[in-house]
Amino acid sequence: MKKIEAVIKPFKLNDVKEALNDIGIHGMTVVEAKGFGRQKGHTEIYRGSEYTVDFLPKIKIETILPDAQVEAAVQAIIKAAKTGKIGDGKVFVSTIDEAWRIRTDERGESAV
Amino acid sequence: MAKLEQSVPTINSTPINSGDNAWMLASSALVLMMTAPGLILFYGGLVRSKNVLSTMMHSLILMAVVSTLWLVFGYSMAFAHGNAFFGDPFKYFLLHGVGAAPDPTYAATVPSQTFMLFQMMFAIITPALISGAIAERIKFKAYLIFIVLWTTVVYLPLCHMMWGDGGLFNWALGGKIPVLDFAGGTVVHISSGVSALVCALVLGRRDGYPHEPMMPHNVVLSLIGAGLLWVGWFGFNAGSALNAGGLATSAFAATHFSAAAAALSWTVTEWLFKGKPSVLGAASGMVAGLATITPASGFVTVPAAFCIGLVAGVVCYLAVTKLKARFHYDDSLDVFGVHGVGSTTGMLMLGFLASATVNPLIGNTFHKNGVVVSLAGNMHQFWNQLAGVGATVALAAVATFLILKLVNVTVGLRVEREDESTGLDLSQHGERAYNE
Repeated sequence: MKKIEAVIKPFKLNDVKEALNDIGIHGMTVVEAKGFGRQKGHTEIYRGSEYTVDFLPKIKIETILPDAQVEAAVQAIIKAAKTGKIGDGKVFVSTIDEAWRIRTDERGESAV
Repeated sequence: MAKLEQSVPTINSTPINSGDNAWMLASSALVLMMTAPGLILFYGGLVRSKNVLSTMMHSLILMAVVSTLWLVFGYSMAFAHGNAFFGDPFKYFLLHGVGAAPDPTYAATVPSQTFMLFQMMFAIITPALISGAIAERIKFKAYLIFIVLWTTVVYLPLCHMMWGDGGLFNWALGGKIPVLDFAGGTVVHISSGVSALVCALVLGRRDGYPHEPMMPHNVVLSLIGAGLLWVGWFGFNAGSALNAGGLATSAFAATHFSAAAAALSWTVTEWLFKGKPSVLGAASGMVAGLATITPASGFVTVPAAFCIGLVAGVVCYLAVTKLKARFHYDDSLDVFGVHGVGSTTGMLMLGFLASATVNPLIGNTFHKNGVVVSLAGNMHQFWNQLAGVGATVALAAVATFLILKLVNVTVGLRVEREDESTGLDLSQHGERAYNE
């Protein structure tokens, strides 16, 4: 099992969700996040005074998948989330040791 | 506040004009609406969310405190006959004798009680304006003491000097130096603006200013407040005609077109300097245009008012951006930059733009050595205006400084650093504006 964490631009959430749906992935957790990388922040101006806002709003998607689905899922996310401009985000993949479904006590890949 | 009736019919007739009285009562309510909820929302939106209630309270509590002062001795000290500097505080003590009968000295066609109410609303909003400069850091107890002393030492005398019977600058009622101030350029806006600057300097900057971002927590509230201010200002300026005649309409029109022009010129200026036309900028321009036209509203034509507004938007924009940044003071909500600088601009432009066609009384009321002197736009009137502005600045600055020092050595001006970090809502009032 792997965990995919994808940090994307907020307006791309729907595209990414549909792309994952299209390849048979129907479950995910979405977190409204703030952060910055190379894009840095932006400037807001109130009454002529400029404020630098470091943390930009982002969406973090988390989904746990059987190993066989991971490569396709990552490619689907990248394709759907790409604008080609700075700030498109990142995808991280890590290993998950174990999983349980609370309702049925199933464990392992059948639980995710 | 002009003396508008040249001949007053008083013999054996009740002189109250119900149209005038209706307009003056409505205007009184409109001016109160400028404080609550106008200024309350305008200022409340501009501070951080941990200080919104305390900022709103600074305006709200004045409706109680200043009204009380007004009842006990304030009205009397401002408008009773006295010397050139203040009225006899005992003549209308506890508003004794202020009732249904008009006082022809000020407004011959409405009950003197109506005039008293209308003027009270001005006394309430003026110190409320100052609160924008001390927001997010003053102790509430210190604020209350400051306001009581400031109203007594600065507002009431200044009000008497400009508008009171025998006041030093009252061109219509026996003053020595004829200063034109229709609705409170000096009495309300310059006095509060300059005092605000002194407050900002004496209190010092908010902890973290200007390094930490201190963005307005809710611009929407501020926009609603700005809209209410614009509407309320019709009562402020057009009501200052003290009747419902042609001059009220003229002042109404001047007020509106100045606000429109200033919103436009502020927006364009900001667009050129910063690349984007901000909504808060447009609203700030509106308020600047309203503050700037206030002294001139009953004396100038509509095109002149529009010009005053155009200048106001640019000058006030530069004051709140360049001037404030250059001198590093934390006039948190730009009271000096908008009200002080704006109304000074309006007072001085009025020296040249005052029109005896708009307001014939300025052409034939003031006498010097038995000769009629016209106050319509000329170089001489500019110097008179400058004298009025100078006296206002001097009184407001010196008195405010001394009051602040006095408050500081007694109860202390600023909250503890930790309380400032927590926010004044919780540390001073035990509440939070937004739960959940």
